[in-house]
Amino acid sequence: MSLLIYAESVEGKFKKVAFELASYAKKVAESLGTSVTAVTVNAGDVSELSKYGVDKVLKVTNDKLKNFNAKAYADVIKQAAQKENAKVILLSSTTDSLYLAPIVAVGLDAGFASNVVGLPLSTSPFQVKRNSFSNKAFTITEIESDVKVLGLAKNSYGVFESASSTSQEDFSPSLNDADFNVKVESVDRTTGKVTIADADIVVSGGRGLKGPENWGMIEELASVLGAATACSKPVSDLGWRPHSEHVGQTGKPVATNLYIAVGISGAIQHIAGINSSKVKVVINSDAEAPFFKVADYGVVGDAFDIVPRLTQKLKEFKAQNS
Amino acid sequence: MKILVCISHVPDTTSKINFVNGDTEFDTNGVQYVINPNDEFGLTRAIWFQEQQSANVTVVNVGGADTEPTLRKALAIGANEAIRVNATPTDGFFVAKQLAEVAKNGNYDLIICGKESLDYNGGMVPGMLASLLDANFVNSCIDLKVDGNSAKAIREIDGGKETVSTSLPLVIGGQKGLVEEKDLRIPNMRGIMTARTKVLTVLEPVAADNKTKSVKFEKPAPKSAVKLVSPDNLDELINLLHNEAKVI
Repeated sequence: MSLLIYAESVEGKFKKVAFELASYAKKVAESLGTSVTAVTVNAGDVSELSKYGVDKVLKVTNDKLKNFNAKAYADVIKQAAQKENAKVILLSSTTDSLYLAPIVAVGLDAGFASNVVGLPLSTSPFQVKRNSFSNKAFTITEIESDVKVLGLAKNSYGVFESASSTSQEDFSPSLNDADFNVKVESVDRTTGKVTIADADIVVSGGRGLKGPENWGMIEELASVLGAATACSKPVSDLGWRPHSEHVGQTGKPVATNLYIAVGISGAIQHIAGINSSKVKVVINSDAEAPFFKVADYGVVGDAFDIVPRLTQKLKEFKAQNS
Repeated sequence: MKILVCISHVPDTTSKINFVNGDTEFDTNGVQYVINPNDEFGLTRAIWFQEQQSANVTVVNVGGADTEPTLRKALAIGANEAIRVNATPTDGFFVAKQLAEVAKNGNYDLIICGKESLDYNGGMVPGMLASLLDANFVNSCIDLKVDGNSAKAIREIDGGKETVSTSLPLVIGGQKGLVEEKDLRIPNMRGIMTARTKVLTVLEPVAADNKTKSVKFEKPAPKSAVKLVSPDNLDELINLLHNEAKVI
C-alpha cells in the first residue's frame, strides 16, 4: 500500500500547490505508516520534490500529454495508483485537479472529498474536514470506500520541508485514443502578472472605486505587494473589470495569506468567497460596512486618500526590508 | 438536439447557515431555496440553444418532493419538461449515478451541469456523470457553441482560458460566463402559467452505493473584533501586517 499524489506542473515547472500537497501527503503517510509516491506529467526536473518528503517519483514524459487533458491525465493517475497499490490519492484544488479528480474517483471506484482543509481527523474510519456551504461552514466527511481520493484546499496546510532520498522511475501508462476526444485549440494564459490562482496576496476593489478609470491605484498597490488584483461582483457586472477577477460565492474563491478589500462593503456572498483567506484588511469610508465584522485590520476613510499613501509607505517599507 | 440540464436545489446565496440535531443536519428553517447559480447559467444557455437551434430542454433534479418548486421555476423559465429522481442526495457519486441513468434512458446529446453546487461544494457530479456515461467532458465551461455533432467550448484555467473542440454527446460543468448575468431569465406570468401544464415526471432511484457520508458540520470559530487603524497612522497597519500577522 502506498499514498499517491499528483504533483501538478505547468510548462515543466511544479506549481507551489504541488509542494504543499507533498508536505501534507508526508504527514498523512506517517499516520498510515506508508510512503509517498508522486506521479508527474512532463515535469522536467523532479528533484525538488525530494525536499518535501516524496519517496518515489513516477515520471511520465509524453508529447501527447503536452496540453492538459482531463481524461488522459486521469488515466495516468489511475494506472499509477494501481501500479503502486495506492489506497489514498491526493490532488490539489486547482482548476485542473478539480477537473480530473472525479474522473480518477470513478476509475478507481473511490469516494472523493474535495476542499479538504486539514489532516484526516481519523484514518479508521477515514474522516476529513472540508470547506462547504461556500466557506460558511465545514463538513466532516467520511470516505467509506477502500480507495480514497482527496482534494486539498489551497493554503490550508502550508509548505514544510522534509528531506528524503527520492527514487525516480520512468512510467509509461497506456493511453487510449478516446481519451483525446477533447482537443485543445488554443491556450490564453496571462503572463507577467500575478493571477488570483497563484497569488499569496490579493488586492480587491469594489464599487467604492467609483469607476474603472480609478483601478490604477489598486494595480499599483498590488504591484508593490506582488499581489493579484480582484473585484467584487457589482464591479464585474458593471464591466469595470473582467468576470475572471470576480471574487465571491458565484465567482472565484480566494484562499490567500492576505486579502485587502478596498471600497467593498462586504455582501454575504463576497465574504463567503474570501473567508478562507488568513488575514483580511478592509479599507472603507463607511464604518458600518459589514466587511469590518470579519476583517482582522481595518481603516475607515477615503480610499482615494488612503490607498496611494499606503502604497508609498509600502514601497518605503519594501526598500528598507529587501 | 436533446439537452438535459441538471439542477441542484440549494439555499439562496444570502442564507445564514446553521445546523441542528447536534450539528448533524442542515437547519432548513427560514431558508429560501433557489436553482443553484452555476446551474442557472447552464439552464439559460440551454434555453438559448432551444431558441436558436430548436433544442429540446429537459431539466432533472435528484431530490424529494420539496424540490419541485425549483423544477417548476426551471419549466417557467422555458424548459420543455422536468424529471425528479425521488431520492435524498446524500453523496456526489449517488447523485451522478442517478443522473447517468436518466441520461442513458433519454439519449441526450448535451448534458449541462453547474461545475459545483453552492451547498456541499463537492464539484464532483459533472465529472463523475461524464465518466459513468463515458462521454466527452469539459469542466469550468465559460462558453459553448454546438454545430451539428461538433462542439467548441472555452473553459477557465488558472490564470487564463483555453479553447477546446470536441463532439457530442458531451457533458459540461458550467459556471458564470456561460451566459452573461444580465441574460439570466426570470419567469414571467405566461411562463409560470405554462409551467403548470408541463410534464414533471417522478422516477424512483436506481440502486447505488454511497462512497462518502457527511457525519457532522461545524461553523467557523467566531472572529475577534477588527483592529482599526487610524488613516493618519498607516505605518501602524504595515507594522501589524509585518510583525503581528507576518504576511508581508
